[in-house]
Amino acid sequence: MFRNNYDNDSVTFSPQGRIFQVEYAAEAVKQGSVVVGIRNAEELSSYQKKLFAVDEHVGLAIAGLTSDARVLSNFMKQQSLSQRLTYDRAIPLETLVSLIGDKAQLNTQHYGKRPYGVGLLVAGVDDSGPHLFEFQPSGLTQEMLACAIGARSQMARTYLEKNLDKFADCGRDELIRHGLRALKETLVQDRELTVENTSVGVVGPKEPGKRPLEAFKVYDGAETKDWITSIADDTEAGGDGMQVDE
Amino acid sequence: MDHRPHAWGRPRDDVYGAYDPSYMQTNVPNQHTQSPIVTGTSVLGMKFKDGVVIAADNLASYGSLARFTDVKRLRKFAESSVVGFGGDVSDMQYLDRHLTELAIDEAYTSTTTTPNAQPTLNARNLHKYLSKLLYHRRSKFDPLWNSLLVAGLDEEGAPFLAAADLLGTTFTSPSLATGFGSMLAQPIMRGIVPDEASVEHVTREQAINCVRECMKVLFYRDARSLDSYSLAVVTKDGVELSENEKLESQSWAFADRIKGYGTQTV
Repeated sequence: MFRNNYDNDSVTFSPQGRIFQVEYAAEAVKQGSVVVGIRNAEELSSYQKKLFAVDEHVGLAIAGLTSDARVLSNFMKQQSLSQRLTYDRAIPLETLVSLIGDKAQLNTQHYGKRPYGVGLLVAGVDDSGPHLFEFQPSGLTQEMLACAIGARSQMARTYLEKNLDKFADCGRDELIRHGLRALKETLVQDRELTVENTSVGVVGPKEPGKRPLEAFKVYDGAETKDWITSIADDTEAGGDGMQVDE
Repeated sequence: MDHRPHAWGRPRDDVYGAYDPSYMQTNVPNQHTQSPIVTGTSVLGMKFKDGVVIAADNLASYGSLARFTDVKRLRKFAESSVVGFGGDVSDMQYLDRHLTELAIDEAYTSTTTTPNAQPTLNARNLHKYLSKLLYHRRSKFDPLWNSLLVAGLDEEGAPFLAAADLLGTTFTSPSLATGFGSMLAQPIMRGIVPDEASVEHVTREQAINCVRECMKVLFYRDARSLDSYSLAVVTKDGVELSENEKLESQSWAFADRIKGYGTQTV
């Protein structure tokens, strides 16, 4: 009987140099429902069932174990608050994300601990502009222009990749529609985006490139109706991106 | 045989003599800085339309002795802010090293790859941090015996000037002075910038001239001051710090009319 001897804990390397427990944690992310995030010069947005505001200027979307996400998001809230108290500033996104990156990596290196079973998209605006970060259970964090994680997210990533050049010049609503179209790509047959299964989180300056910030807000239910109906008329399976036949 | 259990296993009094408990006094009160020793006097700061001017003389006094005449009491932070120190010089040196460390840490954690990266901590962030540090130390009954001025720009790029002292008290105003300066120089500076609105109309030259004038008044009247001083101007273009300024065109004509002090009998 074949048995994997190298997946009992997160501190044992396989002979090929893999850590199976960390890879299993990445599987948990794939089983979580999909989230999409996009940023451009002045807007960014992300969508899913679970969207949290971390601070005024940061929000996150989760795919994977909700309870692990809660641990991370509580930690991020504390760190954001602590920076507001000691420095009177909004925590820089890179600082915040590297903090959870280090925290998660530690869990892959200590005997008796397990990796977090959750992937995150962290979106926010700081002094250096808008940022979107992807976080993985391994502790890997990457800054992205657009990203999708979770179940069937490959389809969304394909859409985002095809339309990447357009995002920079998009207005806020157009960028949200791009996000929704990407999200639509991931749906299984006969399913549609509805006000029940879609929420949108947005953070960005009130005016492009200016300072006053519109705090991270999650749009749920009826608030998303206009956006959803505006992309419902698009051609089947994702609008302009897919019409490649000449 | 001593049958009392608490005496078992201990050196016997009849052999070694009674134990002298005075050797056990470990919990004497902590001795912390309770007064400053080597001190710097006033720091002056004043906003103008594009930035802030800040000045402090180069003297560190040992009581009434002018002990060190080349002590620089203005310090740049991240090439975008200036901190001016009054009060205890050793605590100033501690803060100086602490700020160097903070600046290095911040330079590592902040993005250098993004094109429009801002200074890591602006003057407002720095002032908040220092005031928390000062308050933390006074809460341990081990205060850092300083009064500070922080000059720079805030996140909007507007001039920022604020004070913090050994109690962690903070204050902000278009012009600020610590120590003797708060009595002698502050009223003069207020003549130029009475309120935030008036800052708009003050030029860099006006502000510098006013601060120089105030430094002179302080040298006339403050016996713990010096005629060599540092002056920094913070604008959006960075910090211009000059550490070897000399007071010019002094006039001591008034001096021989002062009577009633010291040993003179006339």
